[in-house]
Amino acid sequence: MLTGYARYRKFKSAFMSGLAVVCALLVVLPLILVFFHLVRMGVTSLNWNFFTKLPLSAGEEGGGMANAIVGTLELMGLALVMGVPIGLLGGIYLSEYGSEGMGSWIRFGADVLNGVPSIVWGLVGFTLAVTRMGGYSAFAGGLALAFIMIPLVLRTTEEVLVLVPNAYREAGLALGIPRWKISLNIVLRTAFKGIVTGVLLSLGRIAGETAPLLFTALGSPLWNTSLKEPIAALPIQVYFYAISPFEDQNRQAWAGALVLILIVFFLSATVRVLTSWRKKS
Amino acid sequence: MNPVITRKTFSMSDQAKPVADSSPSAPSPAPQAGPAAAASLPAPKAEVAFDIQDLSIFYGKHQAIKNVHLQIPAMSVTAIIGPSGCGKSTALRALNRMHELTPGARHTGKILMKGEDLYAPHVDATVVRRRVGMVFQKSNPFPTLSISENVLVGLRLNGVRDKAFLNKRLEESLRMAALWDEVKDHLNRPGTSLSGGQQQRLCIARALAVRPEILLMDEPCSALDPIATAKVEELIHALKSQYTVVIVTHNMQQAARVSENTAFFYMGSLIEFGPTEQIFMNPKNPQTEAYVSGRFG
Amino acid sequence: MSKVTTNALPATAADLTEPKRWGNQVFEGLTFLSAMMIGVLFLVLAYVLVSGSRLAVSQFGWSFLTNQHWNPVTENFGALTFIFGTIVTSAIALIIAVPLSIGTAIFLTDLAPMWMRQPLTSVIEMLAAVPSVIWGLWGLFVLTPWLQSYPYTWLNKHLGAIPLFGAPISACCIMSAGIIVAIMILPIVTSVSREILRSVPDLQREAAYGLGATRWEVTRIAVLSYARRGLMGAAVLGLGRALGETMAVTMVIGNSPKIQASLLQPGWTLASSIASQFGEASSDLSRSALFELGLVLVGVTILVNIGALLLIRSIETPGSRRA
Repeated sequence: MLTGYARYRKFKSAFMSGLAVVCALLVVLPLILVFFHLVRMGVTSLNWNFFTKLPLSAGEEGGGMANAIVGTLELMGLALVMGVPIGLLGGIYLSEYGSEGMGSWIRFGADVLNGVPSIVWGLVGFTLAVTRMGGYSAFAGGLALAFIMIPLVLRTTEEVLVLVPNAYREAGLALGIPRWKISLNIVLRTAFKGIVTGVLLSLGRIAGETAPLLFTALGSPLWNTSLKEPIAALPIQVYFYAISPFEDQNRQAWAGALVLILIVFFLSATVRVLTSWRKKS
Repeated sequence: MNPVITRKTFSMSDQAKPVADSSPSAPSPAPQAGPAAAASLPAPKAEVAFDIQDLSIFYGKHQAIKNVHLQIPAMSVTAIIGPSGCGKSTALRALNRMHELTPGARHTGKILMKGEDLYAPHVDATVVRRRVGMVFQKSNPFPTLSISENVLVGLRLNGVRDKAFLNKRLEESLRMAALWDEVKDHLNRPGTSLSGGQQQRLCIARALAVRPEILLMDEPCSALDPIATAKVEELIHALKSQYTVVIVTHNMQQAARVSENTAFFYMGSLIEFGPTEQIFMNPKNPQTEAYVSGRFG
Repeated sequence: MSKVTTNALPATAADLTEPKRWGNQVFEGLTFLSAMMIGVLFLVLAYVLVSGSRLAVSQFGWSFLTNQHWNPVTENFGALTFIFGTIVTSAIALIIAVPLSIGTAIFLTDLAPMWMRQPLTSVIEMLAAVPSVIWGLWGLFVLTPWLQSYPYTWLNKHLGAIPLFGAPISACCIMSAGIIVAIMILPIVTSVSREILRSVPDLQREAAYGLGATRWEVTRIAVLSYARRGLMGAAVLGLGRALGETMAVTMVIGNSPKIQASLLQPGWTLASSIASQFGEASSDLSRSALFELGLVLVGVTILVNIGALLLIRSIETPGSRRA
């Protein structure tokens, strides 16, 4: 039979295990609640109007967020075009040419940049694009988002490329293939799915970014027709509608948030599908 | 006298090619060609594929190869044997400048390939590697490429576009690797869908497709089962009329089976080099004798 | 066996003196320049923040950091209230999130049944994917009213004597911001903690079990103390995230310019204020003051993140990087 102290130790261990379970439950809880409320409050406002109409002025009922949905996609495209090639090539450099010396500084720098608050990139976009071009613009918004994407894509690309076994590089070299062709045609090709995964994850992250857009893209009640004009985006729209005093706009904020989270989760789901394909093959 | 390797082991080798004895011990007269050859052709003067002159290789402070002098004859199979860590792989990789990939690698001495200095400053290592092919210990077909794409990748990435030429080269290389019949109906399957032995033969076909003048093989059968090994050895035997093959192996029976000349390395130095039969039956150097009779390594 | 038809690659040299191609140099140069963009980004960041805040810096000097006034009318700007709000919010977030995260990490590495581990990890990844503005929306309309009705009222009623929980209470207050930020940093602290706990060699655990220790004792003695520095690093990483949280904070913190004793009163942070005020900044000086807030925010965040990275890397085994 266990002594008193031993029983106490056993009890304490069971108690701590129970605490750990409670922690896990508490961590999961907010996600469940957020989803629940998003669906409950947002689904009723998701109608045809929402997806096709422009926002109406405050106080008027109806209207939608069509321009914001398109705007978010447009900004994601801009950030992709401006940010992904640089991040990709930089990741290739770190993996294929330099992991010591300069390379380790760059890696460290990228990690630090990934932790910089995103609003600051909005200040950068403001200074570089808005003041220079004389106004808020989609380009400025895309630029700020691209700045966020570069260190992100660089690190995810590097991490995937490093996993490609050296045996393939050696085989390519032994065939007399120039090193750069090996990097592009063999290493990159082998790691392709992983790279796409990294890019999709970064896109998911910037789709929800609001702060950098506040004083670059600005938001707009109209359709965007030029890169030099302000552009609506879902996160901005959700923010303004959420803090507005009008109940109809609050309602629409929930709907916009629901669409936004669906976009983000669609990207994550695509990633999951791609990674499970990779495991099968 | 090695109890395992007998005269029969040498039945696969053809006429022994006369070779300059370049072991550090006193030179002795080169063995003559076999009787059958003497009757039909005059003994050919052996051409030298690699002339290794006083080669030393360092990785940082560690000296992996010590002052090696070796002449590897062309159009024949030369085996490099020795215990683990004796430097045989390093020596092999020096022949196509692959040892340079290890950081901190440097060398002294010269390697001449058919008279040209491989390490001259103006020489591009990539060109060297096109002329000197390599097959590795563990087969490494590119996973995202099909069988045919794997074979042709060396040609394609060097700019060859002519489809007819490529297709012809594809079939030739796969036939040389004794793989054509097995894969000709599903050339589009991924390279990794083949068995281990087939993958290794695919790698051989890939290396042969760029028509190197010399083929280096780094323990190509050590990851294969006996049947696959036998197929690869047959292949090597068939290649030697058109290629120079240098094969590193830790399997002495294999060396005896496939090669005409053998070099024995120990602790980074070349101990003895000569016709395979002589190395195994009648080694001159006591260390060689100790190794081939199984007393160590 | 077929005969060899040609002995060399067509049109490529059979001699070794072929001139070196430029492909390698160009590619290496191109990728190098792209990688150096990281350095360029740092420079751009520094340039934008320093030049943007120059006006305010020359006007206020160091007193900017100790001045607790922020008045756009009189153009008297000081960062103290923001620094205070940022520190308090982050502290609340850490106090709530770090124990929860470590507990969850322990659960994931040692206690959870195998079938549960992947789904739970996925849930935590999903938590990380929720955008800040959505947390703000939910916080504003769901969490804070509930907080006000139940916990805050209770705290105020029973512990109201402590100035921390004094009246009058608001739904949008520092405490709410702290709680929302805690939820937002849970995923990163949990996943980093989990990686660190997983890297503790099993030998340590087995040694403790062999001595007859209970499960909790094994965790405490063999795992947590071995991983202590790494876990601190995870917490500091969470701090770095917490300092910069913008949208969710600005939506639930009430945006009030005063430093108050009570946590249940509105306040503001560096990040939340830049977000809420930049659009309306009318004068050059007020905009410059906001840039200076940004400068302070980035400076502190970068220092904290460097500290976190160094702590975490100090327990990473060498050679775990390259495959």
